[in-house]
Amino acid sequence: MVTQKNTLSGWISLRKARKAVLSKTTYRGITAIIIFFICWEVSSRLNFPVVGQIPPPSSVFSAMRKIIGSPDFWGSWLVSFKRVFAGFIVAQIIGIPLGLLMGINRVFRDLTFPAIEILRPIPPLAWVPAAVIFWPTAEMSITFVTFLGAFFTVVLNIIGGAKSIDVRYIRAAHSLGSRRRDIFLRIVLPATLPSMFVGMAVGMGITWEVVVAAEMIASRSGLGFLTWQAYVAGNYPVIVIGMISIGIAGFLSSTLLRVIGRRVTPWLKVI
Amino acid sequence: MQPGVIKRNKPEMVDAQISSVGLVFYRTKLWFASPKPYLMVTGLLFFVATWYLLTEYLKVPRFEKLPGPAIVLKEWLSRDPIYGTSIYTPEYYVHIWKSFFRVLQAFVLATCLGVPLGLFMGWKKTFKDYTFPILETLRPIPMLAWVPLAILMWPGRELAIIYLTFLAAFFATTLNTLLGVESIDEVYFRAARCLGFKPRHIFFRVVVPGALPFIFTGLQISMGVAWFSLVAGEMLAGEYGLGYLIWNSFILVQYPVIVIAMITLGFIGWASSAAIRFVGSLLMKWKVREVV
Amino acid sequence: MADARDGAGLDVRPTACRVATAGSLSSGKISIRNVSKVYDPDGVNVKALDDCSLEIGAGEFCVVVGPSGCGKTTLLNAIAGFHSISSGEIYLDDQLLCSEKKIAEPGADRIVVFQNGALFPWSTVLDNVISGPVVQGKMTPKEAKSAAMELLCRFGLSGISHNYPGQISSGMRRRVEIARAMMNDPKVLLLDEPFRAMDALTKSVIHKYLLDVFDLSGKTIFFITHDLEEAIFLGDRVVVSTTRPGRIKKIINVDIPRPRDFRVLSSEQYRELKVEAIGAVHEEALKAFEAGERELA
Repeated sequence: MVTQKNTLSGWISLRKARKAVLSKTTYRGITAIIIFFICWEVSSRLNFPVVGQIPPPSSVFSAMRKIIGSPDFWGSWLVSFKRVFAGFIVAQIIGIPLGLLMGINRVFRDLTFPAIEILRPIPPLAWVPAAVIFWPTAEMSITFVTFLGAFFTVVLNIIGGAKSIDVRYIRAAHSLGSRRRDIFLRIVLPATLPSMFVGMAVGMGITWEVVVAAEMIASRSGLGFLTWQAYVAGNYPVIVIGMISIGIAGFLSSTLLRVIGRRVTPWLKVI
Repeated sequence: MQPGVIKRNKPEMVDAQISSVGLVFYRTKLWFASPKPYLMVTGLLFFVATWYLLTEYLKVPRFEKLPGPAIVLKEWLSRDPIYGTSIYTPEYYVHIWKSFFRVLQAFVLATCLGVPLGLFMGWKKTFKDYTFPILETLRPIPMLAWVPLAILMWPGRELAIIYLTFLAAFFATTLNTLLGVESIDEVYFRAARCLGFKPRHIFFRVVVPGALPFIFTGLQISMGVAWFSLVAGEMLAGEYGLGYLIWNSFILVQYPVIVIAMITLGFIGWASSAAIRFVGSLLMKWKVREVV
Repeated sequence: MADARDGAGLDVRPTACRVATAGSLSSGKISIRNVSKVYDPDGVNVKALDDCSLEIGAGEFCVVVGPSGCGKTTLLNAIAGFHSISSGEIYLDDQLLCSEKKIAEPGADRIVVFQNGALFPWSTVLDNVISGPVVQGKMTPKEAKSAAMELLCRFGLSGISHNYPGQISSGMRRRVEIARAMMNDPKVLLLDEPFRAMDALTKSVIHKYLLDVFDLSGKTIFFITHDLEEAIFLGDRVVVSTTRPGRIKKIINVDIPRPRDFRVLSSEQYRELKVEAIGAVHEEALKAFEAGERELA
């Protein structure tokens, strides 16, 4: 019975998947992207104003063939990834406990929240000079600015998650005789996990923005620097390669987070 | 039974209106009676005091390099500032105005293009099928990776900065508007068709108001990312503006000015999203739930 | 309750429409002939309706009862014009509404009151009520407003005309929705389990209200529910549907005289009808329950 059911549902999902892949939406999407590339190539060839200044896909491809074998290129990837994760992880290590503490302890929240609210609207990049002044190495200052990018989002999302926990769960736990520690571990922590991961995903996006900009402004390595250097050196196709690389790298990191998030919060899975 | 209900309706509504004014007063009173505001002030004072102690009083290594609150405040309020920027120098306002005007241009442009585009994408599936993949391909690229290309594309730095700011705001606005349309319950479309709505009625009476909450969330995000990108753009390519002021003061070793510009940026950024929230709450009175 | 009807003189049609309907009171006849519906999600055929035939006379209050997922809503959606049917025909006043090849065009002659309500939350009660005639170009906004205010007054809703739906109770919302439907002077009212999520007390008030609307307007009402007591209390005929695929199992004529009120609920006649209906429905409910169990296993 069970296996029969499984094969049946497997068959259905296969059909579903095939239907989705072969659907009109997919064809239209592919058409749209092909048209987009053609327009890009043509406008560049014909030297249109503004958009015509972007190097055409053909020269980007040929430049890509050259650069893809160079270890420097992949070195830039590695450096940027390291920076993103350094800042991001520090932000989690500090942000998660702080957010949880602010979420469960009202006095602590009232004390710390105004300071955070004042610092938060300042764009992270505005911190670059202050960070360069304060930290002894450029690497540390970049990490610090990256950290700021992810920090506020994580804290605010955790506070939001902790605040929105249904009181009934806590009451139920009390009536089952749980102690404070149990309530924290078994209710507050899992209940804030989803919003924690939302905060992380947003934070990851900001982190990449910050790292790229910081590399352009105040560093001599990484994908951001590669892109900026290509502009300075007049090697324009590499600018586009840099942008695409950054896009893929950002996408990979947020996918990684999503996968972890799904693993950690299996109860949210919709069948 | 029914007349009783009818009679009670009207006085009830009047009551609600009177009490909504009273309610604000009552809540304010309660707020001041709670420990909350005092804790908040204490927290803030503690934050400023720590800053002062670390940088100016104890002069802890590394922290001593940063400008402390006293120096910053003195410079900011001085009629004759040492580094040339205070509330009395016109230059300060030129920077603020330049930044503000750039964001305003980019934001208005992004809203005028992004909201209709998002509404249309949500409304017509075919249109979404063709446009959405392109948006999704471009979206993962961080806005700031566009900086070199923006400078390359546009004649003049001013346009490049506005373009960069626009791009960030545009994506946030479009995608949130699209999400807003898609979040509208199918039942409202059905009800509308039942009542004889024609497509244009459905668009203006269902799609637009139904998407409004998400549009305003999008506009708030868009304002945030606009300031974010603006600072980067101005630091790399500006001739005026608060981001430029920060970077320039760094190069000229006028450290207190950096902090002044940072706080100004934070304040204006906060005020502009508060303004959007305010407009949103005016336009969406129906979102206000029962008063008590 | 009684003096409400006498005192307020609940005439539910706005004056503008009353003249128009006076001659056409016999309109609103629905003929459902051999209707079947097969869904095909992911290649697994699901038969929702199987050869249903039903004549609903003009001015009849017809209630369909059946277990969840028995195709009641499918039938309603076909009449309203939200879904197609696989075979058979549905006629409204001897005009073809939908068939295998034709999906009915949704329109103001068949207004649906939805399960969870569909008042536009972004419009005030008054704007909701006038929206139909205004967009159809039947009335200018000014005319519509005065007609609507009159209607709301009769419905005892004038005090909330400038409130938003989010600010009023669910019972009130449902009343406003019926008022919005009546504003269009429809031939048929289609109600899709409209009182499902309500508590018993609210429900009893709104039942009475719906009965008043029905008694005074003479509209055909097609009402879907899974609440048997509600069905007998409200309807002229109760159609018991089988579990999926939906077929008509039994039609029970409810000849309790109108106007009805809560006293009906304790009458012998009501009890007998209820026993008769429960026998039919319970069997189907059991089948549906077991089918549900199997699907989950």
